[in-house]
Amino acid sequence: MAIGGFAEAGADLELVGISKRFPGFTAIDDLDLTIPAGSFFALLGPSGCGKTTTLRLVAGLETPTVGRILIGGKDVTDVKSFKRPVNTVFQSYALFPHMTVLENVAFGLRRRGIADPVGKAHEALRLVELDHLAARKPQQLSGGQQQRVALARAVVNRPALLLLDEPLGALDLKLRRQMQLELKSIQSEVGLTFLHVTHDQEEAMTMADTVAVMNHGRIEQMGAPEELYELPKTAFVANFLGQSNLFTGPVTNSGGSSIVVDIAGVAVEVPRERAQRHAGTVTIGVRPEKLMLHTSAPAAKAGTNVLGPGRVTDVSFSGVSTQYQIAVLGIGLVTVFAQNMVFGPVVNLGAEAWVAWSVEHGFGLADEPEHAPKFSPDTDTATIAAQTRHELLAEIEES
Amino acid sequence: MAFAAFGTSTAATEQAPRRRSPVAIILLLPGLAYLALFFLAPLVSLVITSLQAPVEFGDVGQYQAAFQIENYAKVIQDYWPHFLRAFGYAIAATFFALIISYPLAYFIGVKARPWPLLQAVMLTLVIAPFFISFLLRTLAWKQLLSDDSAIATLLKNLTILPADGHITGTAFSVIFGLTYNFIPFMTLPIYTTLERLDTRYLEAGSDLYASPATTFWRVTLPLSMPGIVSGTLLTFIPASGDFINASASFLGSAQTQMVGNVIEAQFLNLLNYPLASALSVILMGLILLIVGVYVRRSGTEDLL
Amino acid sequence: MKLSLGRWLLPVYAGLALLFLLVPIVYTFVFSFNDSVKSNIVWVGFTLDNWTGVCSAQGVCAAFATSILVGVVATIIATVLGTLMAIALVRFRFRGRSAISLLLFLPMATPEVVLGAGLAAQFLSAGVAKGLGTIIIAHALFCVSFVVVTVKARVASLDPALEEAGRDLYGSATQVFLRITLPLLLPGITAAALLSFALSFDDFIITRFNNGGVETFPVFVYTAAARGVPAEANVIASAVFIFALVLVIVSQVTAAARRKRLAKLG
Repeated sequence: MAIGGFAEAGADLELVGISKRFPGFTAIDDLDLTIPAGSFFALLGPSGCGKTTTLRLVAGLETPTVGRILIGGKDVTDVKSFKRPVNTVFQSYALFPHMTVLENVAFGLRRRGIADPVGKAHEALRLVELDHLAARKPQQLSGGQQQRVALARAVVNRPALLLLDEPLGALDLKLRRQMQLELKSIQSEVGLTFLHVTHDQEEAMTMADTVAVMNHGRIEQMGAPEELYELPKTAFVANFLGQSNLFTGPVTNSGGSSIVVDIAGVAVEVPRERAQRHAGTVTIGVRPEKLMLHTSAPAAKAGTNVLGPGRVTDVSFSGVSTQYQIAVLGIGLVTVFAQNMVFGPVVNLGAEAWVAWSVEHGFGLADEPEHAPKFSPDTDTATIAAQTRHELLAEIEES
Repeated sequence: MAFAAFGTSTAATEQAPRRRSPVAIILLLPGLAYLALFFLAPLVSLVITSLQAPVEFGDVGQYQAAFQIENYAKVIQDYWPHFLRAFGYAIAATFFALIISYPLAYFIGVKARPWPLLQAVMLTLVIAPFFISFLLRTLAWKQLLSDDSAIATLLKNLTILPADGHITGTAFSVIFGLTYNFIPFMTLPIYTTLERLDTRYLEAGSDLYASPATTFWRVTLPLSMPGIVSGTLLTFIPASGDFINASASFLGSAQTQMVGNVIEAQFLNLLNYPLASALSVILMGLILLIVGVYVRRSGTEDLL
Repeated sequence: MKLSLGRWLLPVYAGLALLFLLVPIVYTFVFSFNDSVKSNIVWVGFTLDNWTGVCSAQGVCAAFATSILVGVVATIIATVLGTLMAIALVRFRFRGRSAISLLLFLPMATPEVVLGAGLAAQFLSAGVAKGLGTIIIAHALFCVSFVVVTVKARVASLDPALEEAGRDLYGSATQVFLRITLPLLLPGITAAALLSFALSFDDFIITRFNNGGVETFPVFVYTAAARGVPAEANVIASAVFIFALVLVIVSQVTAAARRKRLAKLG
């Protein structure tokens, strides 16, 4: 695709066997990824998982140690970033402080010799509703406005591929929601291919057609948001994307349409096609919102798993729903999200309760249970401690 | 900001709003009094002295209060070549110092950022010349460029220099000496500005189709302008008043005399105080004009 | 790292530029070992005599001592005056701020010839004899502005919360100033003092107009330049250079060591 003109539509992106190694650690480990043209693709993962590095590789700001990058079928691995038909919306916006908003937006157009850069820049600014501030300098704008200018500056070039590096991180909730909708509409309107990098799973699921969850330089699972959410394949995905109740136990029966797992003496069924492993000790799970709370032992029913009795140890009201924690003997804490259909909690603190769910909602993970983490990465105290220490060191370094 | 070249670039923390208090006067008064007495008053003295007339039948060096404004006309008439030379050499030295220092400052401040130790070492080397008396530095160059030195001999062998030519005592050697002596003054402010340059702007430029050369011209250079202006002022102003490099004892000759040389000679040797003062006043006035333009552009808050 | 020409051009250039800067330093150092008799222009032979008997050359050590004395006194004056003004400029509001900033800035913008001639003219019309005192006054003058700039940067980087905490903990204004503000400012004040001393030690032009026969080290070199600077002057200059270099290296190393220690604690 020519750099001189605008792209007719988005192009597809292929990463083939990409590895990026720095002295001391590997940021990306043998990554294969294909993003179809015109789609909104989200790369989701915690800090340090390699998603920003992947973005920078696609932008051309870094070169891979091994592997090839293809945009629209053309190998661009050795092409410098200023020659790639790719634009980035930087996390820090990186708006040129010595130029006006208009000049910032027109910058890329001028470099490519596009006709009427000023007119096109105004058009892009109108798209983000900031044309009235065209003569201001970036420092005179608020964070949200700067973010929109950064977006306009990238989009105005109609690149085949638009990269977004956590662009909504600095915005407050309301503005973020607004921008999410705007980004989505711009993407579908103009038909560009968007690669959005974020650690916010809600954002990824809302905006993207396809989500890839990255961990330690590898993609753990990729698919449509619903697919990833309802059928996670690893404990990491199960815990990173929303919350999960995970249980570990040996498989006692794997004939028939479901496998049966012994969880603290209870025979729990998981549909065969939703279980990654069918033998040995497996970890299975179910989403908290799929659980039904019972104040008395429910009658056994085909197609339903029941755990209990347990005691309600926590009731947390959060507006739309209430989160209950039930301590079940031999299993541990089970979390239930119940939509607040009535005023007040369904069960009270300390009461006895049972949880039940449809067999079809359960899933089985591919992890070997010895490696399966019990807590989601975000609540791992060791990680939090290490991260805090790292941040403090960085602060001391700066001062 | 202009002269913070000598300070490390520490980020300012958010300050509490400044308070109004009589304490401020107490803190300022000693310093201000000192400056008034030993800076402002001398400048006034210069002006007064420049208008003095010689005492009739008096000794050399005896003058009386007068309003002999013809002194100025005489000064300009006799010494305009020296002013021209002074500013010419200074502009040339500033220009060469800039083109030598900028890449050096760029390397230390931008390219060498991943290695802070290397940055520290290189900066130490940049300011190292300050630790050796600048007279001895200039004398060293005089020896190194003298007629029978290795460098001169080499140039003569390559017939770049005629067999009876000199390097020292020429405009070239004076400008050379000035440039050398002021490279640290030019490098440090530019380094300070470039050190703070956010490389993400350079990445954004590259992302937006600007080649490395274009990114430099349209992003790096404009953003390093404050440092360039500082360095230019820090070089040009002292250079225009210098008289060491142009002195015959160092790198100059009778043909390369700058305004500073004349002021020195007239004041200290010939004791012609009005003449020397008039020269000083004119020099100061011209410099103030240049600085005034700069100040109007960026305001006085930034000066310190 | 690609070995293309572009990649290596800048580092090589930087290296050459630094070597260029060092040439006269090396020359001066080398010639401090020259077995010269009168003028130190032609290389005669290697000797350590100049270093062992550095004061044997007439006037060298006296000039050096004078420079040290002038430097110390002028630095004290300039540092005190400058620090007070820097604190006032950053922390207080007052009328005439622009004028005062300008007044502080002007000495740095004035060519040294003009400063020197002006002071000399003033001393002349006031009937003050030129000598050690006038040299010190002159040096303190041009150092004050540099002290203000340096300390101002340090004051601006102080967290006001620290002083507020001091006041919150029952400290009077004077106590807060002496026990919190001043100690925190010390690195900046030290840097300013060192800068001031360095500027004073190396000053020639302003000294020349106001010394009245008293020889500081640069004045000694200048007057000796015509007939031949003795190698002992090179010795002093080299010694000062090495001392300053060691000082800088030591401060960098201790700063780096402190950073490492803090990193280990975390």
